[in-house]
Amino acid sequence: MATQMIGSSIKRVEDPRFIQGKGTYTDDIKLPGMAHAVFVRSPYAHAKITGIDTSAAQAMPGVVAIYTGQDTQADGVGSNPTGWLLPNLKVPPHPALAVDRVNYVGEPVAVIIADDPYIAHDAADAVHVDYDPLPVVAAPDKAMDGPTIHEEAPGNVAFDWSIGDQAQTDAAFANAAKVAKVHLINNRLIPNAMEPRSCVASPGPTGEVTLWLTSQNPHIHRLIIGAFVLNLPEQKFRVVAPDVGGGFGSKIFIYSDEIVVTWAAMKLGRAIKWTSTRREANMTDAHGRDHVTDAEMAFDANGKILGFRVNTIANLGAYPTLFAPAVPTYLYGTLMSGQYPIPAIYCHVTGVYTNTVPVDAYRGAGRPEATFVVERLVDLGAGELGMDPAELRRVNFVRPDQFPFQTQVALVYDSGNYEAALNRALERLNYADLRRQQEEGRQQGRYIGIGFSSAIEACGLAPSSVVGSLGAQAGQWESAIVRVHPTGKVTVQTGSHSHGQGHETTFAQIVADGLGVPIEDVAIQHGDTAQSPFGWGTYGSRSAAVGGSAVAVSVKKLQDKIKRIAAHLLEANVEDMEYADGKAFVRGAPGRVKTFGEVALMAHLAHQYPPDLEPGLEATTFFDPTNFTFPFCTHVAVVEVDANTGAVDVLRYLAVDDVGNLINPLIVDGQIHGGVVQGIGQALWEGAVYSEDGQLLTGTMMDYAVPKAAYLPMIETDQTVTPAPQNPLGVKGVGEIGAIAAPAAVVNAVVDALKPFGVTHLDMPVTSEKVYQAIHSQAQGA
Amino acid sequence: MVPITLSVNGKQYTSEVEPRLLLVHYLRDTLGLTGTHVGCDTSQCGACTVLVNGESVKSCTILAAQADGASITTIEGLAQGGKLHPLQEGFWEMHGLQCGFCTPGMIMSAVDLLQRNPNPSEEEIREGLEGNICRCTGYHNIVRAVQYAAKQMAAEPA
Amino acid sequence: MYPAKFDYYRAGSVGEAITLLGQNPDAKIIAGGHSLLPLMKLRLATPAALVDIGRIEELKAIWEENGGVMIGALATHDRIANSDAVKRVAPAVAEAAAHVGDQQVRNRGTIGGNIAHADPASDLPTVLLALDAEIVVQGPNGQRRIPAADFFVDLMTTSMQPDEVLTAVFVPPAPKSAYVKYAHPASGYAMVGACAALDMDGNTIRRARIAIGGATPTPRRLIGVEAGLVGQGLDFVSTVASSAGQGIDDWMGDIQASSEYRRAITPVFVERAINAAAGRA
Repeated sequence: MATQMIGSSIKRVEDPRFIQGKGTYTDDIKLPGMAHAVFVRSPYAHAKITGIDTSAAQAMPGVVAIYTGQDTQADGVGSNPTGWLLPNLKVPPHPALAVDRVNYVGEPVAVIIADDPYIAHDAADAVHVDYDPLPVVAAPDKAMDGPTIHEEAPGNVAFDWSIGDQAQTDAAFANAAKVAKVHLINNRLIPNAMEPRSCVASPGPTGEVTLWLTSQNPHIHRLIIGAFVLNLPEQKFRVVAPDVGGGFGSKIFIYSDEIVVTWAAMKLGRAIKWTSTRREANMTDAHGRDHVTDAEMAFDANGKILGFRVNTIANLGAYPTLFAPAVPTYLYGTLMSGQYPIPAIYCHVTGVYTNTVPVDAYRGAGRPEATFVVERLVDLGAGELGMDPAELRRVNFVRPDQFPFQTQVALVYDSGNYEAALNRALERLNYADLRRQQEEGRQQGRYIGIGFSSAIEACGLAPSSVVGSLGAQAGQWESAIVRVHPTGKVTVQTGSHSHGQGHETTFAQIVADGLGVPIEDVAIQHGDTAQSPFGWGTYGSRSAAVGGSAVAVSVKKLQDKIKRIAAHLLEANVEDMEYADGKAFVRGAPGRVKTFGEVALMAHLAHQYPPDLEPGLEATTFFDPTNFTFPFCTHVAVVEVDANTGAVDVLRYLAVDDVGNLINPLIVDGQIHGGVVQGIGQALWEGAVYSEDGQLLTGTMMDYAVPKAAYLPMIETDQTVTPAPQNPLGVKGVGEIGAIAAPAAVVNAVVDALKPFGVTHLDMPVTSEKVYQAIHSQAQGA
Repeated sequence: MVPITLSVNGKQYTSEVEPRLLLVHYLRDTLGLTGTHVGCDTSQCGACTVLVNGESVKSCTILAAQADGASITTIEGLAQGGKLHPLQEGFWEMHGLQCGFCTPGMIMSAVDLLQRNPNPSEEEIREGLEGNICRCTGYHNIVRAVQYAAKQMAAEPA
Repeated sequence: MYPAKFDYYRAGSVGEAITLLGQNPDAKIIAGGHSLLPLMKLRLATPAALVDIGRIEELKAIWEENGGVMIGALATHDRIANSDAVKRVAPAVAEAAAHVGDQQVRNRGTIGGNIAHADPASDLPTVLLALDAEIVVQGPNGQRRIPAADFFVDLMTTSMQPDEVLTAVFVPPAPKSAYVKYAHPASGYAMVGACAALDMDGNTIRRARIAIGGATPTPRRLIGVEAGLVGQGLDFVSTVASSAGQGIDDWMGDIQASSEYRRAITPVFVERAINAAAGRA
């Protein structure tokens, strides 16, 4: 029996190139005669462009060309579209280069193409743009009273959306014994993938173009830039996402830079590279979150949740980018039931335009925001009811016998055992003991807090018919070709994409088990539209559940074909054939056997071959599942607050997750660690801040606090396993759950620590200053 | 232009460079050693870390001209005779990387860390890597990778 | 990430550096480059020329002198942090140097570059002010020693002349000294830094020198706290430290820590610095 690969913590196949500096990231690509692009960007958040003087820059030696919005407009470069339409969504034009108006700081106004990036930067400094500044609005809760940004969207309202039953919810509140309320901010975040965005466009001799870029979904980039913006036919347009240094959502979207560089390369007939600096990244990568929310939760006297009402203003920034309209709506309002069978829910969201960089999906995308609202209110409810927060969760959970569970906000949860995850967490923590230590600490002036977050996630973004009915201008299936070569080696081409997730390992594990071949014999190719079938890419924790399942289904198809070929060779009935461990054999007669290698060869020679079967051994699958998957968890943060300074120290972080079956536990744990730390970062340090006049105050890593090693404890992980019923692997998805759960766990813990001071809520990031002020204002008030 | 001569991964190079050329651009663009990355522009992220005369240095914050005469080791020069450095092994064994972008700089910083302190505590590892940012791993497995390497190096001193 | 153009000169001696500065009025000295290059990469600094003094060996030394310690301008933070002489004579200096930036920054950054830059959030200026250090500079008319109190004039501004080169820092003995800081979570710079140096007689404080930095445009001596501590035992530190910062009216703030907050927590760090200093052998 060969080693079972699925479920094994094998080392990653892709690592040898990365640990030796042999990866190929986009900025590592160097082509003959390649020029370099640098963008001139708006220093104003809102202004009219009254003139652009490029003459001094044009005259600099080494400058190849300078283009402005007039040039792209004259060439018919189209508006950058959104990919998700809501009813009555107001969609303003989104030009690649600003033409007569700029709407956020960092919006590209002109592009310099030069022989060398140093020269290009010199020339960018020499371009003189005249601006006539306009009034600015940057904050979501001020947008509706601010200056109009797009005439298509009066009052800066992009959409007005709701889900749930308002009347039923009002009635539930009328019957409540207790109501918990909060006004909260979900802080705006900058994704900060370590690799800044980059692209290299290379034109061919007869209208072909290859675009290498930092993308999570090269086929989507090809489709949109090709068909909607530059009118480039797909058969002539190749998009390659080589090694990509993290994405977290920020590399899903279509950016102006990529459009302009592709267009300019074709215009000049010369390869062009552009690579973002970190300062540009902070200004121009789509940000995440940025909600202002009022929410209240109604409870009966026993703590049962009766109703939940949420009203949110969501900042979309200056333009609606690819997924932006879906994030604060279908990926947010639909999650408001959390892990609880809440009988009445009403969630209303107003999406607004502001003079800030667009806001779109960032790790979790809508679901962290929903979880934060739900789990904060459960904790506030526990306070109102005088109940232990763990106990309040327990009495409310959806029970295992209630699955599939239809929520009041559209989703049908697939499977779960929420109480089991909570119980595991409480056991591992030694909860009663921990509460005792907390009490003892308080006597000595030590303020320890314990915070829970029992989160639900809808991921494995699919199926197509559902996302289509919700407004997606896209399908959400995934593709896989599993190709067996004559020698029995295997190449897999997937439409999914890895930018850290480890597809080259986990997808190979699926194939190695299914075909019974050594994992070294399997190569996974991804990220190149010239190789892979069309695919929708990687986001929404969908790679394993949708992309991995496509691989698994292709493997199943190959097993069936192998059995037919082997049956023919063995003169047996195909119904009597079995396939295991790389051998096809007649059931009950294991001596009558053909190995995988023999069959692979025969499939290509086709000498002794079933007459009604095509030669070759290759299977293609476009897998479209029947539902989202619903990973869940209970996470617990234990923090200590220094009452003298307000500093928060995370003492422990425990994550008990149920992500369905595990393909590679080592990789699953890694995803949890990373997601949790991004969530802790949101809770304690991170926050993109715009001034009232729309200047980004967190423009560099000197100002925007990405978590560092020294701020963090080891992340304790544990699992329960409830297989997903709707895909062949039983996997649910793991990429986002950490980032979804952690902010609420940490904030709940800090608030719990501050209970003696009467603190009930703090907005993220919970800086030491906010904690200090909360302690001292309460102390003075008391 | 400034004439410079320096050794990179044991090989001598002589070049004429513009005074403003940063060492990281010299390594990546002039020498084609693209394993050293650029992740920020304010000397925070550490993705560009290399060893200059044996010590970890952010190659984005030193002019190529300043490195004249120096001996430089990049990630490409760390494995010796086809054998991975214990830190490279540790990062692989312990899943100390995901996207791999911060990894070369992280490993080079860890080389300096273990030179100074061959048996660091978890806290010392975390503090020692304060000049390197990773957005993927949450640092958990990076700590374990360095611990793994420390143990290996103690067992078989170089 | 891409500095603007400049001319580059390498000085073989301090004298040569002074001559080059005289010939190039828009020139800047570069040593480790860890204060200057970050600004140049963002094009917030665009000097016409750089005079590289990084190879002048005699500026790298650290030696004991008159009971104190003389630290060459090119001594890196890492060497200062690990120098036995500095740790013995003025441990607060070693402590501050150990908290500058990160290991990579400490491997290249120098004390001369750090203090010539006079970043208000930097660690060493606070310590040098508290410890009554002297900054040794050399110009066309010879050498002069500037007391730290006269050196840091304002935000990013020192009392050095454009044609002067910082060659060394002299720190008088302060064996009972300590530096504590509250670091900005992104930049690592001090939001508040506090240095205390004590002369003690048993458990009684005979003399105290206290300075804070990070929270004000230049580091400040806390004369009131210093006076209040004289003749007191350690049980009185908390009470005296609680007045730290009184009378200062130019607190700095940013989005991470407002001026009010920095003012409010300054006593906490002053108290911690005093207690740490008292605890030195």
